[in-house]
Amino acid sequence: MAELLRLMSLQDSSTRVVMMSTAGLAIAAALVGTLAMLRRRALVGDAVAHASLPGICLAWFVAGDRSLAVLLLGALVLGLACMGTMALLQRLARTREDATTAIAISGFFGLGIVLSRMIQNQPSGNRAGLDGFLFGKAASAVASDAWLVLAVAGIVVVLVLGLRKEFGLLCFDRDFAVGLGRPVHRLDGLLLVLVALVTVAGLPSVGVVLVVALLVIPAAAARCWSSSLGAMLAISALIGAASAIIGTGLSAVLPPPSGAVGGGWPTGPMIVLTAAVLFVLSLLLAPERGVLIAMWRRHRRRAADASIVRSAR
Amino acid sequence: MIDPSIPPEPWLSNDDLWTMATAVLASVACGLVGCWLVLRRLSLLGDAISHAVLPGIAGAFLLTGTRDVLPMLTGATVIGIATAFISSALGRFGRVDRDAALGVTFTSLFALGVVMMSLAARQVDLDPGCVLYGLLEFVPFDTVDLLGVQVPRAGAWLGGALVIDVILMMAFFKELRATSFDPAHAATLGLRVGLVHLGLMAAVAANTVVAFEAVGSILVVAMLVAPGATARLWTDRLVPMLWLASAIAVSTAIVGYLAALELNTSAAGMIATMSMVGYLGSAGIVSARGALRRSASRASAVLTMPQPRSDRL
Repeated sequence: MAELLRLMSLQDSSTRVVMMSTAGLAIAAALVGTLAMLRRRALVGDAVAHASLPGICLAWFVAGDRSLAVLLLGALVLGLACMGTMALLQRLARTREDATTAIAISGFFGLGIVLSRMIQNQPSGNRAGLDGFLFGKAASAVASDAWLVLAVAGIVVVLVLGLRKEFGLLCFDRDFAVGLGRPVHRLDGLLLVLVALVTVAGLPSVGVVLVVALLVIPAAAARCWSSSLGAMLAISALIGAASAIIGTGLSAVLPPPSGAVGGGWPTGPMIVLTAAVLFVLSLLLAPERGVLIAMWRRHRRRAADASIVRSAR
Repeated sequence: MIDPSIPPEPWLSNDDLWTMATAVLASVACGLVGCWLVLRRLSLLGDAISHAVLPGIAGAFLLTGTRDVLPMLTGATVIGIATAFISSALGRFGRVDRDAALGVTFTSLFALGVVMMSLAARQVDLDPGCVLYGLLEFVPFDTVDLLGVQVPRAGAWLGGALVIDVILMMAFFKELRATSFDPAHAATLGLRVGLVHLGLMAAVAANTVVAFEAVGSILVVAMLVAPGATARLWTDRLVPMLWLASAIAVSTAIVGYLAALELNTSAAGMIATMSMVGYLGSAGIVSARGALRRSASRASAVLTMPQPRSDRL
């Protein structure tokens, strides 16, 4: 309990930085994810995340430097390449978007596994750094890495908030935006780059498989509460930050179960589970579109119908 | 100097052949089921199910304490069907589009599975990393006695799955075809569209689990989606598409396995990579052929343009 208090009051400076960077990242991801979801590109982030695994491995091979910045740069390059390939396929062949996305997800991930096994086979091969990217390990992040993530998140947040009007127009009425002469293609491209940026920045803490959850879950939860873009952005950012802080805190504080050697409660999955709980609460409790309010309304309508029938008798 | 008393090592050992046979069986079984996913534009649902079965597998493992296939198969099939239900319910109640609903569902379930597994990590058998990319290389070490021959356990299960898949597909071919291409018409014919959908989801989940031990949960997506999507590029007809998908599945598995052997790396990862390469190559060839044909027909249209005949006037 004392440890929980100490953690939550952010007295420990390294915990403070890590938690701040995770929360900042979650806010950035929630903002971008809301736009991506409205633009019906919710799962693009998943393809980028999986494509970043071979990117990390290639950066490992190419650069002697194994710092996080270099590895993430490799991830970003391959993530963007994956997006480009998918866009090209859409235009070239009569391929369906869902099949292309699914193949990109598993194909690039397969390439990543191939490359990481090759790294493992090398005499100097140490996959410890690479395995961390699969499921993430926010708790053990060093402060300099946390600052890097925080910087990326800051840039993304500033861009989204600065271009809020333009992005809103793009998401809700693309044709109207074209009519107004807005640079729609460039905005679309920028949105995809932002998706790639937050995805890659989220890899160290949440991992390849789950990072898309930071994009999708807060956005879907915010959709339950409001239909206006500004409110949705604010609510999803709030939900994202809350999930990051609660999830990181829980995984640091919960005692590992007896006999577990796997390190107890993994941070990334705990963040995602927290977000999932918040999503379910939103779905149930939202004031206008919530499931409970809908059930209550139906009940009241039935009761009213019944009373009309009674009074007619 | 070659010592003649030692017989030369064959290029492929017996174990290699059994492993390759297992990979081929997994690829064909998944590929055939996946054709229907591709036709119904449900590729991403296949992706989601293959992630979401994790808590089912982990739960079965925690309850029984063994790695028997049958409890895992049951748990995973239940969760797989639940994924299909939950995501479509979220699309309706949460008013998010299909991709976002899928993203919310499968990341939450996957996170749950990872947490369950890291808590159970004292039985180190079930390593979260292996869940992602499988252990094809260890297939020959776990054999069962089948009619006096020692065959890999995974291979025996996959062979059984393939036989059941083919029998079911032949028995319900008409229903599958009708509900895939024109669900509204199929419903007026009195076919149970929902039931067929449910059966397909169960088949996807079951195949995923059986293949999962060998190839892992992400790479199985390549086996599900890539053969069908690649075959779909080449043909518009259903039966040729199914045959072509099987052929593509077999050749991808063999080529991928041999390449992995040559490079001494992960076979499952290489098979997924090869699936993507095959898909990209096919898309390139088919679109180039289409462009060529279009320009040729334009050229021939110019050549055969009726010349103005002066004697008519």
